[in-house]
Amino acid sequence: MRKKRTLAGTAAFGLALALSLAACGTEDAGDDSSPDSASEGPGGFVPPDIAMADSLGDNEGTLSVLAWPGYAEDGSTDKAVDWVTPFEKQTGCDVSVKYFNTSDEAVTLMKSGQYDVVSASGDATLRLIAAGDVAPVNTDLIPNYADEYDFLKDRPWNSVGGQMYGVPHGYGANLLMYNTDVVKPAPTSWRAVFEDASTYSGKVTAYDSPIYIADAALYLMKTQPDLGIKDPYALDADQLAAAVDLLKAQKEHVGEYWSDYLKEISAFESGDSVVGTTWQVIVNYTKANVEAILPEEGATGWSDTWMISSKTEVPNCAYAWLNHIISPEANAAVAEWFGEAPANPKACDLTSEGFCDGYHAGDESYADQIHYWTTPIEQCLDGRTDVSCTTYQDWTQAWTEIKG
Amino acid sequence: MSGVLHRHPRLRLGLLLGPPMLWLGVAYLGALAALFITALWTADGFTGNIQREWTLDNFKDVFSLEVYRTITIRTLLTAVAVTVIDAALAFPVALYMAKVASPRAQRLLVIAILTPLWASYLVKAYAWRGMFSADGPIAWLADPFGLSTPGYGLVATVVTLAYLWLPYMILPMYAGLERLPNSLLEASADLGAGARVTLRRVVLPVLFPAVVAGSIFTFSLTLGDYIAVKIVGGTNQMLGNVIYDNVLTGNNLPFAAAVSTIPVVIMLVYLAAVRRTGALDNL
Repeated sequence: MRKKRTLAGTAAFGLALALSLAACGTEDAGDDSSPDSASEGPGGFVPPDIAMADSLGDNEGTLSVLAWPGYAEDGSTDKAVDWVTPFEKQTGCDVSVKYFNTSDEAVTLMKSGQYDVVSASGDATLRLIAAGDVAPVNTDLIPNYADEYDFLKDRPWNSVGGQMYGVPHGYGANLLMYNTDVVKPAPTSWRAVFEDASTYSGKVTAYDSPIYIADAALYLMKTQPDLGIKDPYALDADQLAAAVDLLKAQKEHVGEYWSDYLKEISAFESGDSVVGTTWQVIVNYTKANVEAILPEEGATGWSDTWMISSKTEVPNCAYAWLNHIISPEANAAVAEWFGEAPANPKACDLTSEGFCDGYHAGDESYADQIHYWTTPIEQCLDGRTDVSCTTYQDWTQAWTEIKG
Repeated sequence: MSGVLHRHPRLRLGLLLGPPMLWLGVAYLGALAALFITALWTADGFTGNIQREWTLDNFKDVFSLEVYRTITIRTLLTAVAVTVIDAALAFPVALYMAKVASPRAQRLLVIAILTPLWASYLVKAYAWRGMFSADGPIAWLADPFGLSTPGYGLVATVVTLAYLWLPYMILPMYAGLERLPNSLLEASADLGAGARVTLRRVVLPVLFPAVVAGSIFTFSLTLGDYIAVKIVGGTNQMLGNVIYDNVLTGNNLPFAAAVSTIPVVIMLVYLAAVRRTGALDNL
């Protein structure tokens, strides 16, 4: 009897403690939306009022970078591939790099406040802005910004109400990679990973993120016009269901999903995966007979933005990094290494011959054909007003169900 | 000071038990309570910021959507399979160590069983990824018989986890068997029991609490695992993956908290069942 009372007492104490913690938490919530910020974002949100730097001082000496794999190379992968060391020498900011594998991971990690700058894709940027995790960027303090392509500036995924929240970095497409020894004839269409997936059953791979639903939607947009999909990121409930069905059928033949790019490399090298979606940088790393193509349906892709954390304690190093990473030298090096079009046209003078033409750098009409990652929201992004579209949370739920 | 303590036995007891009880209350039960409370909130679908409004929606989703039932059952079956395989593998090893091997061999065997625990979990999991890969040793061994590697999937997950947790089953069984006096085995033989009857009526009843103790480790560790299944599990997901995905990629901490109450409840039920068998008293 005594023993029982002690146990109950301890439990009650623990609960009381947690409740008081919860109460503390509730009090400081709700200061996210300040009434005086006027401009509305495309999701119908009002970004929190966060101060923007208006001048720069001395560099602080350190910088914590959160980046896509291959975006902040310091020569450790390949001695010739290094744009971090020159930055450290020039500015005296010691750089530490953390790579992330999905946009969701980037959003979560940025909430921790431990990173000063982040390379965010379009499906992360607005969420970061709306949550107040990134600060508006004063582009006047970044000399190289003036050189960048105009069609990348003031876009819905990197600005709100005409205020830039970062600097454009580059853009590219998600490609279809296949093992040239096994997959014959060479695929030309995403069909290889959807309707024809049974040919290489168990050796198909796909990107492990809800945003991959857009790849299925893009395929349906081209092959089943009856569904009326105009934008793979604006799906109503029926269109999402169709994409989910396609992905559930695909799952039967998927060997494994990848979100860790190293896992995809090892799977292609060992022959466990022979066909699936990829990035150019993965093709560069993989030591096997692989090739990557841009399928005839077009592709989803990314247009990335370097952003500064609203909680950074090293704003000067952060601004120095933004200026460095879009400088012709660094932008050219990243673009060639990762396999994407640079955002700074001057970078094209420094890349290898024909590189910028190959990636259609500066070709605005081509850039418009890539369906850049963006966050699906309730207001349909394709302009429909008679239905409400599925949100990213719906997509996350659907993705769990697809994987089963 | 010591005088004060001597005169006030209650103060003495309080000082002695206070810090550990505080640790238990704050760090352990407090964290569990906080988890449960988080599960009653929601996350903003767009920004992922937590909204502190009370709702049972997360639990409603967890219990009403079929996919989570499937995942829970898959996780449970995997945990049971790993536990059964480990028990079956550990019994002969433990019996040999405790009753047959010389003291010197005994010590060497204990060291041999403990050694894998020194290697990193990840190294071992990735080693099994290599074993099961299309150009790995299992494929090479199976090829002459016209078979192929089972590939990455549930089989690979069960094998990997059974390998990882085997020492946690062998050691309690070994300790349990060591406590069994040889005289009991001899008495059983003298009374005319064969090896099989002795095993069933003398060894197994003594061993049962040890098996239960080992099963708590293998069962609970499997229930919470999400890394091995990511490495060798192919497209399968376990409860741990759902929690991980909701924290790191889904940005939905409250929902992750709701899902993580499932393994907590399963373990509570399991421990209650174990308690009823009386096995815990013998630990």
